[in-house]
Amino acid sequence: MNTTHYPSAYVFQTPETHTLSVVVDNEPGVLARVVGLFSGRGYNIESLTVSETEHEKHLSRITIVTTGTPMVIEQIKNQLDRLVPVHRVVDLTVAGKVLARELALIKVKGKGEARVEALRLGDAFRARVVDATTESFVFEITGKSDKIDEFVGLMGPLGLVEYSRTGVAAISRGPEAS
Amino acid sequence: MSRQMTGAEMVIAALQDQGVEVLFGYPGGSVLPIYDEIFKQEKIRHVLVRHEQGAVHAAEGYARSTGKVGAVLVTSGPGATNAVTGLTDALLDSIPLVCITGQVPTHLIGNDAFQECDTVGITRPCTKHNWLVKRIEDLPRILHEAFHVAKSGRPGPVVIDIPKDVQFATGTYHGPKNIQHKTYRPKVKGDMDAIRHAVQMIGKAHRPIFYTGGGVINSGPAASQLLRELVRTTGFPITSTLMGLGAYPGNDEQFLGMLGMHGTLEANMAMHESDLIICIGARFDDRITGRLDAFAPHAKKIHIDIDPSSINKIIKVDVPIVGDVAHVLEDMVRVWKQTQPQIDKAALQKWWDKIAVWRGRKCLAYRASDEIIKPQYAIQRLQEAVKGKDVYFTTEVGQHQMWAAQFLKFDEPNRWMTSGGLGTMGYGIPAAVGVQMAHPSSLVIDIAGEASVMMTMQEISTAVQYRLPIKIFILNNHYMGMVRQWQELLHGGRYSESYSHALPDFVKLAEAMGGVGIRCEKPSDLDAKIAEMIAVKKPVIFDCVVDPAENCFPMIPSGKAHNEMLFGEAVEDIGNVIDEKGKMLV
Repeated sequence: MNTTHYPSAYVFQTPETHTLSVVVDNEPGVLARVVGLFSGRGYNIESLTVSETEHEKHLSRITIVTTGTPMVIEQIKNQLDRLVPVHRVVDLTVAGKVLARELALIKVKGKGEARVEALRLGDAFRARVVDATTESFVFEITGKSDKIDEFVGLMGPLGLVEYSRTGVAAISRGPEAS
Repeated sequence: MSRQMTGAEMVIAALQDQGVEVLFGYPGGSVLPIYDEIFKQEKIRHVLVRHEQGAVHAAEGYARSTGKVGAVLVTSGPGATNAVTGLTDALLDSIPLVCITGQVPTHLIGNDAFQECDTVGITRPCTKHNWLVKRIEDLPRILHEAFHVAKSGRPGPVVIDIPKDVQFATGTYHGPKNIQHKTYRPKVKGDMDAIRHAVQMIGKAHRPIFYTGGGVINSGPAASQLLRELVRTTGFPITSTLMGLGAYPGNDEQFLGMLGMHGTLEANMAMHESDLIICIGARFDDRITGRLDAFAPHAKKIHIDIDPSSINKIIKVDVPIVGDVAHVLEDMVRVWKQTQPQIDKAALQKWWDKIAVWRGRKCLAYRASDEIIKPQYAIQRLQEAVKGKDVYFTTEVGQHQMWAAQFLKFDEPNRWMTSGGLGTMGYGIPAAVGVQMAHPSSLVIDIAGEASVMMTMQEISTAVQYRLPIKIFILNNHYMGMVRQWQELLHGGRYSESYSHALPDFVKLAEAMGGVGIRCEKPSDLDAKIAEMIAVKKPVIFDCVVDPAENCFPMIPSGKAHNEMLFGEAVEDIGNVIDEKGKMLV
């Protein structure tokens, strides 16, 4: 999408969704640098997940799902790589063997048939009940983002109250480190 | 060597160990311990500016004219926020700076304390990197790391924010060590396969052109020498961006002048019709490319840049080479000598013939006058007067800057200081202060406009204090000339707020500030008065009253391609040349 009034690049490209894994030094402000880069340069963030992964080495892994034309995706990777505390940027989508999962907690309120139906669907989606009262459940579900989308959609008419998602954590398949 | 000392002492020790000789700054509550240490030593000279923006621009001028890292010291809160414009300017033009800011004591951070601001938050997007030093143990490492980050790779400004209690705390100081940074390792050597491929393409080109930029200057004098060698061996034409002027001699036959929005016809047409563009240390900025879908439609592109994110950002290139210009050119020249590519001399001659036709149109021509000083004429006379002299030029931003770029000829790099990327009005005076500090016996001239000068003219006071005989050469047209030009071309001649009302009497102003003022209103007086200006050993404001209606041509209107230029002679038809879409662009 050409969002500025400048003409777009002469090669018209269709946007793609990429999952990037960014290994950073776990220092104060590093997340602000990454997020500021996206907002400052007008890139999209569809999902963002951060956590320390190697405590003794002071490393964190930021998983970002973003969309853009191939030229923009390349630009995003180069810009991220340029940040001083960034160790490496891996485009898991290009590696082609990306394993991506998300976790969600979903609160559903209801009685009678709706309650039973919610429980049944929970079973079908392999969601676990982690909290229950006589009139509500909290489900825990793990999977690809679209599976969670679908489950949340189904819960809508069955008394969905609210839900919380972690964002995507991703890693490459096979024995090698990404 | 490690010693026990306070944080403030560490700052001074580190600056000295890093070879800093001049520090531009302004004191305040949160940097008093450091100022106390400055008082106790004599190795580093402190220059007291009149506004923190001036400190950063002065450091930029110092850095650009010497190739060293510029150093700045300001206080917390307003000291830091005032420095932001200068830092952004340095980021866009890739100028190495280390800016040390004071901060409120760590226990007060986040409390909205007096003169507190989130300095690292505010400066994060306008620096290459920044640090908030919360522990004295980290201070020596960060101080040295800051210099390393500022000057290596693609240079840029960095900020070190030091809370006052850390300045008072005592710790162990270590000198600079050559340890590899954990994550930051810029690549300087280019990929040899790509370089060989590039040399092959250069050998086969029929209508080639070198397009060079500030990266050549930043890479150091060796890069300029290698560039000259390569350009002369190939016999190809060369053009330069605003930032790259001086890397190749401006008077050389092979030099086509600056390219881009106000570049020459021959440079822009050669880019448009070329079959091979060799981009060296430039970044395909929008002022250069014009309309992207019509940019150099027949050309293959080789792009040498130290910053991978500059490659394929705006223009897809065929052969990217990530590396430092000097390193890559060295390899390129070597490969060239080894492989001895046979250039198609006949094709190249045909290419030069074509260029000669464009050159023949003399695109920089203007209508001379005996009555009123034409700004172009003033710059030409100035250039004539400084011939053979050891001279440095700075500029402000606007028409005068473009005329200076068009008419001044530079034979050496590091002689031309201008705000290119950010386009900061008010850059020129403080930058001249910085240049003159570095080169006390050279002639330093700020080519200025009367509007730009008003933005930072308090720094004249700095020049007077340190006996810096900078020359402020104002092309006074009583307008923000470039704004007026765009209003004339794009907004129906409605000169909204672009007239310079209530200007001071610049001659009296100069005198009041302790300098010398000279006014010139007639073309016939110009030479004598310029000579007078150069002879004065004090800061001078030269009020050169010029034609208020003169426009800067050639011009590629926004949204147009390189072959759709406007010229001075065509001034009457201009209204229709720019379409609605073009008016949206800046």
